[in-house]
Amino acid sequence: MEIKVLGSGCANCLALEERTTRALGMLGMDAEVAKVTDFAEIAGYGVMSTPALVLNDEVVVMGRVPTVEELQAILGASPA
Amino acid sequence: MISLGRQRQDASTRLWASVAAAVVGWVAVLAINDRVWDRVVFGLFGLSEGTRWGEAVHFFVFDTTKILLLLAGIIFAVTVLRSFVTLERTRAILGGRRQGVGNVAAAGLGVVTPFCSCSAVPAFIGFVAAGVPLGVTLSFLIASPMVNEVAVVMLLGLFGWRIALLYIGFGLLVAVLAGYLLGRLRLERWVEPFVFETALRGRPVALSSGLAWQERLALGRQEVRTILRKIWPYLLVGIGVGAVVHGWAPEDLFTRLAGSGNPLAVPAAVVLGIPLYSNAAGIMPLVEALSAKGVAMGTVLAFMMSVVALSLPEMILLRRVLKPKLLATFTAVVGTGIVAAGFLFNVVI
Repeated sequence: MEIKVLGSGCANCLALEERTTRALGMLGMDAEVAKVTDFAEIAGYGVMSTPALVLNDEVVVMGRVPTVEELQAILGASPA
Repeated sequence: MISLGRQRQDASTRLWASVAAAVVGWVAVLAINDRVWDRVVFGLFGLSEGTRWGEAVHFFVFDTTKILLLLAGIIFAVTVLRSFVTLERTRAILGGRRQGVGNVAAAGLGVVTPFCSCSAVPAFIGFVAAGVPLGVTLSFLIASPMVNEVAVVMLLGLFGWRIALLYIGFGLLVAVLAGYLLGRLRLERWVEPFVFETALRGRPVALSSGLAWQERLALGRQEVRTILRKIWPYLLVGIGVGAVVHGWAPEDLFTRLAGSGNPLAVPAAVVLGIPLYSNAAGIMPLVEALSAKGVAMGTVLAFMMSVVALSLPEMILLRRVLKPKLLATFTAVVGTGIVAAGFLFNVVI
């Protein structure tokens, strides 16, 4: 699974990255979380509010930081 | 199935009952705040009314309670209301607008659309690439940080509703006029070209549409917690400075320097505010202290607008999409607008 966190490095983006990693660990999934900080690329995903979470090139979370539990549900539901 | 439906109904009844109880409690505490602290400070602690210590301590505890309550209540209500508005919907509304009407709509939407200044750049690209005119986009970006709920609540709590309303009015006016003027100057050539070349792929996800009330209320609670956690140190320092000023500061310390008699006070305050960066809550201690020491209200509010609307870190961010010439023009136009607003404030108040 390809996982990307979009964001310019603000506090919320770091929080999303950290919680995503934690959720992956709890699910026992071994996937790398890539950080995208390039604005052209972020905007390319149609994202206007950061942070955003992209799974397999699909935006699944945007403009907020979900709880670890919610992230577990999102990551668990996505086909690997 | 019937019992499931009833369970859901019960949950919803409980939810609204707890909201109603919270509102009643909030209003009640706000209403008795003054009287309770009168009793505690002047009765229990034995400080006397009219003395320096008595007045300062009373101001501190009374104001802390009042501002925390106001902030929590208004941030909660605003966040829940805002969960019905999304940046995508705002962009769709602005997409078909021309200059003028579009600038007014953009400034108004800048106030009600949930937006964090850390998203200024992706939002800028998203707006412009989707065909929202440059000036209209800039109106949105000016209004959003300047007229925010924390600023308005702090002004309301510290200076009353008249000043808060004037601040909102002038803030919107600056955003509309500055955006309109920048749009008329046709500065598109000073926008980094990649912005126009950005292809918007992917279907936009619904940020908060289709949320249940329970989730909207949870968002509100979360936001109150996040903001209060972020600003409480500024808040306590601010109210502390206010309390000291309340008890000790001589009335006319700054009156001659920056009172309404000095025409250079407003521009100086605005220029001073540009490199300073703070959120609305952080700048309040200074605002209240300056005002109490005799700086004219318009000068103080112009200073506040300049600090929250024009900041060095945001410029550095916007530099990724705006060429230096446009950035300079932007700063000059918005700065001039704020100076004008400051003078007008001083006339009106």
